[in-house]
Amino acid sequence: MLIAPSLTYSLLAPILIVLAGALIGVLVEAFLGKTHRPAIQLTISIGSLLLALQQLWQIRDSSSLTAAVNSVTIDKAGIFLQATIVLLSLAAVLLIADQENFVAQASAIPGSIEERSALEQKNQQTEIFPLFLFAVAGMMLFTIASDLITLFVALEVFSLPLYLLAGLSRRRRLLSQEAALKYFLLGAYSSAFFLFGSAFLYGYSGTISLSGISAAAGNGNDIFLLIGIIFVSVGLLFKISAVPFHSWTPDVYQGAPTPITGFMAACTKVAAFGAILRIFYVGFAQSQTQWRPIITVIAIITMLFGSLVAIAQRDVKRMLAYSSIAHAGFLLSGVVALNKDGLAASLFYLFAYGFATLAAFGIITLIRDSTGEVTDLNRWVGLGRKSPLVSAAFAFLLLSFAGIPLTAGFVGKFAIFSAAYKSGNISLVVVGVLASAIAAFFYIRVIIMIFFTDPVNNSVSVIIPSIKSKVSIVASMIISIALGIAPSLVLTTASNFANFVK
Amino acid sequence: MSLLTVIGLLPLISALLIAAIPSKSTGLIKRATFIATSLIAIISISLATGFDKTSTGMQYVQSNPWISSFNINYAVGIDGISLVLILLSTILVPIVVLATWPEADGGRWGAKVFYILILILETMMIGVFAATDLFLFYVFFEAMLIPVYFLIGGFGSGNKSAAAMKFLLYSLFGGLLMLASIIGVYVIAGNQIGATFDLAKLATLQIDNKTENLLFLGFFIAFAIKAPLWPFHTWLPDAAKAASPGTSVLLLGVLDKVGTYGMIRFCIELFPDASKTFTPLIITLAVISIIYGAFMAIGQRDIKGLIAFTSISHFGFITMGIFAMTTQGMSGANLYMVNHGFSTAALFLIAGWMMMRRGSSVIADFGGLQRVTPIMAWTFFIAGMSSLALPGLSSFVSEFLVLVGTYTRYPVAAVIGTLGIVLAALYILIPIQKTLHGPIIDGNEKLTDLSLREKIAIAPVILVIVVMGFYPKPVLDLINPTAEKVVTKAGFTDPAAKVGK
Repeated sequence: MLIAPSLTYSLLAPILIVLAGALIGVLVEAFLGKTHRPAIQLTISIGSLLLALQQLWQIRDSSSLTAAVNSVTIDKAGIFLQATIVLLSLAAVLLIADQENFVAQASAIPGSIEERSALEQKNQQTEIFPLFLFAVAGMMLFTIASDLITLFVALEVFSLPLYLLAGLSRRRRLLSQEAALKYFLLGAYSSAFFLFGSAFLYGYSGTISLSGISAAAGNGNDIFLLIGIIFVSVGLLFKISAVPFHSWTPDVYQGAPTPITGFMAACTKVAAFGAILRIFYVGFAQSQTQWRPIITVIAIITMLFGSLVAIAQRDVKRMLAYSSIAHAGFLLSGVVALNKDGLAASLFYLFAYGFATLAAFGIITLIRDSTGEVTDLNRWVGLGRKSPLVSAAFAFLLLSFAGIPLTAGFVGKFAIFSAAYKSGNISLVVVGVLASAIAAFFYIRVIIMIFFTDPVNNSVSVIIPSIKSKVSIVASMIISIALGIAPSLVLTTASNFANFVK
Repeated sequence: MSLLTVIGLLPLISALLIAAIPSKSTGLIKRATFIATSLIAIISISLATGFDKTSTGMQYVQSNPWISSFNINYAVGIDGISLVLILLSTILVPIVVLATWPEADGGRWGAKVFYILILILETMMIGVFAATDLFLFYVFFEAMLIPVYFLIGGFGSGNKSAAAMKFLLYSLFGGLLMLASIIGVYVIAGNQIGATFDLAKLATLQIDNKTENLLFLGFFIAFAIKAPLWPFHTWLPDAAKAASPGTSVLLLGVLDKVGTYGMIRFCIELFPDASKTFTPLIITLAVISIIYGAFMAIGQRDIKGLIAFTSISHFGFITMGIFAMTTQGMSGANLYMVNHGFSTAALFLIAGWMMMRRGSSVIADFGGLQRVTPIMAWTFFIAGMSSLALPGLSSFVSEFLVLVGTYTRYPVAAVIGTLGIVLAALYILIPIQKTLHGPIIDGNEKLTDLSLREKIAIAPVILVIVVMGFYPKPVLDLINPTAEKVVTKAGFTDPAAKVGK
């Protein structure tokens, strides 16, 4: 006889609400006329995210290992990460709602008559919204999944919509489609690595649960455990774009529609680091002597590589891509720290970095000429004269990425590095500060271009944002500024929520 | 709220008020900034009158939690050393404001932005000297780079954006090394006495020698870049040449003092053992700075470059005085910081007016100014004499104290340092002869003398230079007790005089 599994619906509600929103969105696509869809879809997205947030608030003190038959763990850190993803998604969906950035008809061949007529009819691909919600739900699940199969399912649930979304840019469509294909192929490849590693871990421990793998450590041939850890890590390191699994990042960041890039850069990082933190803190903590040196080396290479290569970039989206690689290296220092401070610091860092990233990509969508967004940095010269406020905001975000004091980036870096130092990884701290110094060079070079160079042409301008974009960018900016001056509230919250139930 | 916090906040509040004035009414902006900064200067003098000279502890203290997760406090307080440096900052700012009315208009963004940046910078300068929380100090230390960066890049001349970048990167690099050390100190404190950034508590840590040496170096390199000591000095001449004269005054007069101040407050007070270990090396670097700066200054053809290299030489003296670890050397170094602030201010401001009138910064383009513009020439002469430490002018007292203080412990270094004074006569007298005397060079006939505004701006500086030369006691009274305390706490006693026994 088959016994139906018992589910604790209240604890799973945040994810279920987002999934329900996505499904309703699909139905809206099927049954409602074109004219009403954008407004309704946006309402559904915002509504379900707000409901999910409210539900997360309700369960903020709960913890459970058996909410869904041992396959997810509801705990403090999981709830913080989910809330971070939902909050970031709320800011991201307002940027995404600006349909200007998306293709009118995804199925039309670039440059064809169909495409032109779709543009003339002002068609809109409102399927973006359900896809977006599916991705959000997958990310939320990814941070609380506590067995390898659920992890894999969550990984695919949030990756597949992102592959599609990356290809929907309205302008430079070929570049966008190329980005989507690259992302898909490499993503599929890394998923295969993840599965392969999972198989080894199952073979080693006889279980797929993270706590089971942790308990089994040391009871078998450790070479299989190590192989398992390495392959699973490859799958995860791909998602956070750690070197040497980073090569997709610049192309995808550049090709994808900018609001999607912002969403990916902010939320995927939170989700993937959430999962990495859980896997390494819960599943692999017992076998740390084996993987810690490897991850330490990867963190060092990632920090240095990201910072160095960013110097050579001439495209602002590519530059931010390499900057996100460098930040992945900093965040890995928090993973290697493997203590409560490291977890708390990572939670804060992800929160702060997410909002700064969304704000930065939001601002990039505003800088245009007659053919669309201008991402070539050489054409940004003199922007400070044309639009001082937007330029100052962007400069502030760059300083935050560089980690100058009184910005959120500095507080995050301090927290991460002090956790790493506390765990004895002084080499990571030294390399980290050196990489920060290198990184400062290219952030500041952009500030020079914006402020200290005279404009050579007048075709580039800052458009007046729509009210949705404005709300999103202003909210993200306010959060970024507040986190720099008064980080106490979020830091204390992160520290209170820095706890994985095993 | 402590008076110190009030004084620190006033420039920031003034900046907000200035921001509300429309950019077009530049006259109003300039007057308002001057009045505001003068008031701040007057209020800050009350810090000194209410200061208990006999006590060596921190005064005007205030402490409020800021980032409680890391036990970071907004903690401020001053002793004699920080008090005189705060006074130096608050007094120089209104002078700079009054002296720079034309140059503020010449920049990229106009007078409003210029003065707002200066006011923000003033808050940070006060904060950096007042902070008694290591983290708070670091925040001011790094954040103050940003307004200076925009001041150089936006209002400078020549290759300004490259110079601004070089300045920022050098300072950031040093700052990040210091950050690594700060994290180290914080973690060690967490293991020994509980996580804290309180300087008084951090000074009690027991750190093993090897770690202490590394942590010391993190701090010292940051301060040596800031101060700037040979071989970390290369950013300074570029920055000083590119920056407008007003910015240069604040940069060399006040900001670079953060480096020497940091050596006393952090390097010596937190790491006394490591300081002892590295003293011979640092004294050597200081002597090299004195001689190198002097020789480079002699070779300069550009007035701004000349003043920059003389400063490197002077910073060598200050560093030598600090690490001689005698009370005389320490007091002398402190007094030197103040005196150098004023004499550099005088040199840069007058040189700025000369360059503005002549449209050139090459020394050879001037000549015969004494006959054309006597007042400008005389004030420049006095500033120059102060820079070469002519007895009777302020710098002489401090240079003498530094050399005497150093001689008792490191006679060789003091003797070589004295050579620096001889060279100073060369690098000051030759340019003075070329610019002020001799025949009037073509193009200089119609130069105008100082205006009333410029006279009012430079008068207090000259006054301070002369008065402090004859009567440095009020300032020394503030400095001496703290200087003594620093030397004794680091475990040094003044060596008995070797002569006359």
